[in-house]
Formats: sequence, C-alpha cells, structure tokens
Amino acid sequence: MLDMSDYWPVVLGIGVGVFLIRYSFILIIDKVTLPEMVQRMLRYIPASVLPALIVPAVLLHKDGGVTTFAGWDQLAAALIAVLVAWKTRNMLATIASGMIVLWGILFFL
Amino acid sequence: MTDRKSTFLQGARDISPILAGVMPFGLICGAVGVSEGMPEWASSMMSVIVFAGASQLAAIQLMSENASIAVVILTGLIINARFFMYSASIGPYLKGASPLQKAGLAYLLTDGGYAVSVAHYLRSETGSVNKVWYYLGTNVVIWVGYIFSTIIGAYVGAVIPPEWRLDFAVPLTFTAVVMPAIVDRPMVLAALVSGGMAVAASSLPYNLGLMVGAVSGMVVGYLAERRLANA
Repeated sequence: MLDMSDYWPVVLGIGVGVFLIRYSFILIIDKVTLPEMVQRMLRYIPASVLPALIVPAVLLHKDGGVTTFAGWDQLAAALIAVLVAWKTRNMLATIASGMIVLWGILFFL
Repeated sequence: MTDRKSTFLQGARDISPILAGVMPFGLICGAVGVSEGMPEWASSMMSVIVFAGASQLAAIQLMSENASIAVVILTGLIINARFFMYSASIGPYLKGASPLQKAGLAYLLTDGGYAVSVAHYLRSETGSVNKVWYYLGTNVVIWVGYIFSTIIGAYVGAVIPPEWRLDFAVPLTFTAVVMPAIVDRPMVLAALVSGGMAVAASSLPYNLGLMVGAVSGMVVGYLAERRLANA
C-alpha cells in the first residue's frame, strides 16, 4: 500500500522532470548530437534499469523491514512470461500469459 | 487549412496500430495505482501529468514499497532518459514552432509517435508546418488512447480483489517492454547482472539495491561492448 502524502511530490517531480527531458532539445533547435559515450550509456538504460525492477519484484516479498522469498508461483509465471515475450514480442500476450499462469497456480493447484 | 487537417489525419491513421501496445499500459497503470491505494482520480491524473507508462509503474511500485521520494523521482526520470535521444533527434523537424507551441509538442512526445513521425519525415518531403501537424496526429491519438484506457483501468481496478495479485502485472509489463530492447550479447549480460545485483543488494536502505543493479548492468554492458569491439 502506498502513502498518498507522497503522491503530489512524486507525480509533480516526475511530471515536470520528464517534461523537461522531452522539451530539452526540441527547444534548442540546433542540430545537437549527444557525445558518443553518452549515447552508448543511454542505450543500456532499458536493459539495466528494468531488470533491476523486475527480478526483485518477482523473487522477493517485502513486508515492513522483512524480506522473504515471494514463492514459486511468481517465479514460474515470470519464466513463462519471459519465454512468451521472447517468442512473440507481444505485450498483451506477455502480460496475459504471466497472469494466467499465476492465477492457475493460485486458484487451481 | 485542409492540408493541415489531412496531414494530421494521416499521422493519426499511421499510429493507430500502436494503440494495441499503448492501451494495455494505460489499463495497468490505472488499475495498479488504485490497487496500491490511490483514489481513482489520482491514478488517472498521474497519466495526464506524467504521461510515461514505465515511469509511472516504477513510481507506483516503489511508493508501495515505501521508498524515499528522492529514489522514486530519480528512478522515474532515469527510465525516461531515452526521451533525451528522441528530443534531440526530432527537434530539427519541429523548428517552425514557437517556444510555447514547442512546449505543447514536447509534452506529447511518445516512443511510438517519435518513431512513426521520423519514419514519415524521412520518407516524404513535407513542409515544416505539416511536419508539426503530422507529429500532432500521431501523438494526440496516443494521448487520447492512453488517458482513456488509464481511466477505465482505474475504475476496473477499484473492484479487483487483492487476492488476484494485480500488482504482479507490473514486472510482467516491464518484461514485455525490456525484451525487444535486449538485442545483443552485451545487453543480455547487462540485464542478467542488473537483475542479480538488485536482488543481492535488496537489503540496502532507500531502495539503493535498484540503483546498484542498474548501474552495475550499465557498466558491465558498456565494458562488454568495448571488449567485443576490440576482439
């Protein structure tokens, strides 16, 4: 459960920040090219940041200050979803397969 | 005048297939926000203000883990650093607009709208005014589809019982997003290192484990790429 007192600082902080990122070079029309080192680092952001969010969310269950293994059901569902994502590259199929496997284990096993 | 209108509609038509990928994002953002404790209006409003699905989901996930506000904002911004690239790449095509008009255009910038617009500019010789209208056609359609689906998600999410573990849709959505981005061996390595390190460092305070994972992944990926280039 999240604390709604964090809502406005977070939403305005990310909202204004993301807007400024979008606005940055559109405002400065000169043909700006980012340094190659920066461009290369930017390329790795999705492949680095997202797994750092995915893997702990799948494997770990945080309750207060205590961290435990989230369970085999989530792990199995995530592995199937990874397989489907890799084979189909389809967002809806990926999300649906993972949720259906999770529900199948939760409600029928 | 009709020229502008037809260009706008062409952009709208060209972007339509992408809605199939945008709408699930909106539905999940709206639904997960509510399932983690936001009122329906707040979950919907987040899409209007931030208008960036991956950042929103990361922020909701981190807020529900009681991460510090600084970590939540920083993560949300890092995930969207790719917009620097889009902005730099599409900026020259939108020269004709005033700074205020550009602010509106920038707010609407999306992955899909960027990709479809640039592809269109490279294909056909359109005047600068029409470039802006084509861009608007693509991104306004995404905006409407995204906000509309977020609102539906928020009100549907409000009635989904917690036993359904709707929050698990967040890592699944990220999985669908990250998979096409992993195109070569350095990327695979970056992803594995980042996920592993994030778990290993999960006991660190302030969700620093996330930062440790992301930074290790980026460094390892970059180094692996350099080694491959020199091999």
